[in-house]
Amino acid sequence: MDFSTLTLLLIALSGLMYVLCCNRVRRTAQTLQQRPKSLLRYYGQNAVIWTFIPAFCFLLLFAFFHSILLEQYYLHIIADVYADSPENQHRLLLAQMKNIAAGILSSEDVQLQNLAQDFAASETLVYRARTWLVVLLALGLAGFAYRKAVPHFRVRESVEKTLQRSFLIAASLAIFTTIAIVASLLFEAVRFFYAYPIFDFLTGLHWSPNIALHADQVGSSGAFGMVPILAGTLLIALIAMSLAVPIGLCSAIYMSEFAHPRFRNFCKPTLEILAGIPTVVYGFFAALTAAPFFRKIGLSLGLEVSSESALAAGAVMGIMIIPFISSLSDDVIRAVPRSLRDAALGLGATRAEMVTKVLLPAAFPGLVGAFLLAVSRAIGETMIVVMAVGTAANLTFNPLESVTTVTVQIVGLLTGDTVFDSPKTLSAFALGITLFVITLGLNIAALALSRRIAERYE
Amino acid sequence: MRQHYTAIIAKSLQARHRRERGLKYLGLISILFGFAFLLILLGNIASNGLSALWQSHIQLEVTVPADAVLDEHGAISEDMVFETNWNGIVQKSLRTEFPDAKGMRARRAVGKLVSANAGFWLKEKILANPELLDSPQKFWFKTSDEVDQYIKGHMDISVPESDRRLSDQQLAWADTLVEQGLLERHFNTTFFTQADSREPESAGILGAVVGSAMAMLVTLVLALPLAVMSAIYLEYFAKPGRMTDFIEVNINNLAAVPSIVFGLLGLTVFLNFFNMPRSAPLVGGMVLSLMTLPTIIIAARASIRAVPPSIRDAALGLGASKMQAALDHVLPMAMPGILTGTIIGMAQALGESAPLLMIGMVAFVVDVPAAITDPATALPVQIYIWSDSAERAFYEKASLAILFLVAFLILMNMAAVLLRRRFERHH
Repeated sequence: MDFSTLTLLLIALSGLMYVLCCNRVRRTAQTLQQRPKSLLRYYGQNAVIWTFIPAFCFLLLFAFFHSILLEQYYLHIIADVYADSPENQHRLLLAQMKNIAAGILSSEDVQLQNLAQDFAASETLVYRARTWLVVLLALGLAGFAYRKAVPHFRVRESVEKTLQRSFLIAASLAIFTTIAIVASLLFEAVRFFYAYPIFDFLTGLHWSPNIALHADQVGSSGAFGMVPILAGTLLIALIAMSLAVPIGLCSAIYMSEFAHPRFRNFCKPTLEILAGIPTVVYGFFAALTAAPFFRKIGLSLGLEVSSESALAAGAVMGIMIIPFISSLSDDVIRAVPRSLRDAALGLGATRAEMVTKVLLPAAFPGLVGAFLLAVSRAIGETMIVVMAVGTAANLTFNPLESVTTVTVQIVGLLTGDTVFDSPKTLSAFALGITLFVITLGLNIAALALSRRIAERYE
Repeated sequence: MRQHYTAIIAKSLQARHRRERGLKYLGLISILFGFAFLLILLGNIASNGLSALWQSHIQLEVTVPADAVLDEHGAISEDMVFETNWNGIVQKSLRTEFPDAKGMRARRAVGKLVSANAGFWLKEKILANPELLDSPQKFWFKTSDEVDQYIKGHMDISVPESDRRLSDQQLAWADTLVEQGLLERHFNTTFFTQADSREPESAGILGAVVGSAMAMLVTLVLALPLAVMSAIYLEYFAKPGRMTDFIEVNINNLAAVPSIVFGLLGLTVFLNFFNMPRSAPLVGGMVLSLMTLPTIIIAARASIRAVPPSIRDAALGLGASKMQAALDHVLPMAMPGILTGTIIGMAQALGESAPLLMIGMVAFVVDVPAAITDPATALPVQIYIWSDSAERAFYEKASLAILFLVAFLILMNMAAVLLRRRFERHH
């Protein structure tokens, strides 16, 4: 039986147990002339918890882990059988064996064929064992819950404890996700740093990840210096911010201080549409409309503008983060206490003076925090740059030329058919952890700044 | 003395008011700039994409001989169907329209007018209606994408013939067909009923839409319960302390982690470590749910906090347990707010493509996925794939797909706004 059939079976069994246990408690309560200690539904819920959760967890664990364990086992066998072939061949042999077992591949190698037969047999055996185990586990625990369904059992406490525990597990999922991100990125990045020194990665001025197959191949030296990529990323983020900060801030000020409430109610959702448009749409626009447009303007001014210029991608990205900045700044400006505003106006300041001399200085740390969040967003943004920016890593600060970014490189290195052992693919994870660390730092700084303003006006 | 000061103030007042107006107009201009860009963006995409709703068709009279399909007993024989040169039948009838095209090269040029998939389409049509065999039948065949683009006026005919995808002769043929009424534009149903294809005229969004829907379903099933559980725990059961702080910091941080990092997580953990299927909506949905989980948790906590404490106090006072108060009394009242947050999170996930690129949902998939473990793409990724290809016709299709995606997202967001309004009125 496959995963979904077994799950359906478990659900059906749980439903049955719910009804059975409720009925049993009601009947015994009637015959014993005793009120059940908890509401009837809790007896049913208890039965469902016992019947469904352990068996389903086992099913999930099996689905996640069985193929890894089975493969590890057969990898050992292959290592024994093919002791004379080099170590890196074993994984290949394993893949071949699996394909033979699945009937996709045929091989002359009798040893491998036998292994494949073995593998197929043990796979069916493992699956059959799983089905039996799941069914027995569910039935056994259902029987246990049924026996415990007696009126004098205080079942509500135990059900609520289980629920609370599962809530805790759900809440700690955030921690596990963070750990998984850091661990997986670090693991692959460390493998990369074995092949390529970390110092050269951080300070190298050349990035050309394609490793030459022939000695005479041009531009494929296998250099992994991330400075040009980081410079390109920062250049594009800078262009985006220099467009988005003034526009976003001005619209936030206008909306919170000058706009008629009705206009404001119309503006805010409309600007939020900009924030809701998928980034792939901005990328499409940047690559196919904005970039040719900037190129044409450049040509008419006698400037050479690359068709993958940093300017086009940066400008479109800037427009994408305008609503982000304006809504964050709006929050920060609103957090400034009313009394400061009223005091300034009461002393005879115009609204503009109140804004520039009182409001903005008071909100300054929070605004910087908001801008840092926007920078982190711009640095991590992927689709716009993947579609509108090239992959050649030029170390330049000229916005009219083509640069590349961290995210573009990650996508370029990891899409398509990739082998997981080459430094080329592994370098993507080194870039990934760099990106994670940079954005994490920016977020923490932003949080600290916005906390400071909150404390100041507590 | 006093008069002196008033005079100074009065003198500077004009300048101060001017500055005030300046700031005001600066703000107004900024907002209008945002609006203008929104209009330009959507207008530009709409003007490029709406024409993809139509597709040029050529009417041809085709006679399919019975022995192309049926064996000697009059039953449909798969071998015969397989051996028949279906494209040849279409080409032959096309050549009769242009008897002046002599020689290999000219004949091939004529053939380029209809879609390369015309033969396949004819085969399906005949197999579905065997009674059409052996008699001349008029069918509307799709033109090739180049002719379609020319008819729609997207082809720049001022460029030299050698740089164009259609020769002057082919353009002239297309023009004669239009004059004879044999070349018409019909509604492009293929766009809504087919998956991706190498030929732009046979490509559609159905595969991507189904892939997206499956991924969204997985995301919803995983993210919503987990988010509600976490929010209830953090609001009602967590004891203030280091552990709770750590969980909160993690949730806030995850909300700001770039989406591509979640893709890397999916690639290393789900695909490489757990050997899950590549390009599958299952894995896509799992990655997207990890990504949207923080958004939904934050929204759920806010809406749980917005429920008046009196509700909970009343429940506790009447003897309900903490869990009963949370689940039976607070949660139902917080639900509209939680759903609003969920819709916003799902809209975000639906438009996301970067993490899906990492787990291989960029594959070229011709079939509509039937299960969540089948290879599939998602709608935004399909847009990315199409905008990356060389044919102008795919550019048009990508624009139309964008219009659908954006329209759907705006609908989702409007639903969220309406839900929020009703909820606010409730309190």
